[in-house]
Amino acid sequence: MITLTDQAFDPGALLTGFCAGRTETGAVASFTGLARAEGGDALVLELEAYPGFTDAAIAGFADAAKTRFGLQDYLIVHRTGRIAPGEAIVFVATAAGHRRAAFEACDFLMDYLKSRAPFWKKQHGPDGARWIEPTSQDRTDATRWDPPAQEPS
Amino acid sequence: MARVLLFGRLADLAGWRDREIDPAPASLTALRTALAQADATLGEALDGPGVQVAVDKVLVRGDAILAAGTEVAFLPPMSGG
Repeated sequence: MITLTDQAFDPGALLTGFCAGRTETGAVASFTGLARAEGGDALVLELEAYPGFTDAAIAGFADAAKTRFGLQDYLIVHRTGRIAPGEAIVFVATAAGHRRAAFEACDFLMDYLKSRAPFWKKQHGPDGARWIEPTSQDRTDATRWDPPAQEPS
Repeated sequence: MARVLLFGRLADLAGWRDREIDPAPASLTALRTALAQADATLGEALDGPGVQVAVDKVLVRGDAILAAGTEVAFLPPMSGG
């Protein structure tokens, strides 16, 4: 399940809820991303989504990940709007029979969310605001999961 | 009537993010022309590299027919979360 919210959320409570009642799961991995202050350069992070488009794109990708890694379930909660340093931006939890699939799917989903998910991010700092694009590291991280290029025959 | 949505830096550039155009232009190309006539800088930015277009929340390439009530969104390069 994927949820976009403009309200602050408690990652611990989300994880507790996600783990509840899982007698056949075995492994739950989770990741929480927090807004960084960047040494005072980032007073507020503003994240824009396109409701109905952004969540559909993420759900489509996450459902493919569920099949690829054999997940039993996943939960993605992503903030939108204005986010203060220290607040949670994103929470991802994955449930699988064994730990390897849960870890890898969580990593995979985060690489996608950081580089390819349809969000627009603006950093408000002491010298004004600027739009942020994915870093080259974010893009490289995401390509780790792509199929290897075919050798020309 | 067509609804036009701008995201990210495109909205900052235009000074608006949500606008209704009545009557709806017949095609995406006609809509781009109308937007460029009203604001040449925006028109150029909408044709810029990496700008994608969604018609009723589905990405389209090239031109598209616009029915009445269609929602057209211009999406600059996505930054991820």
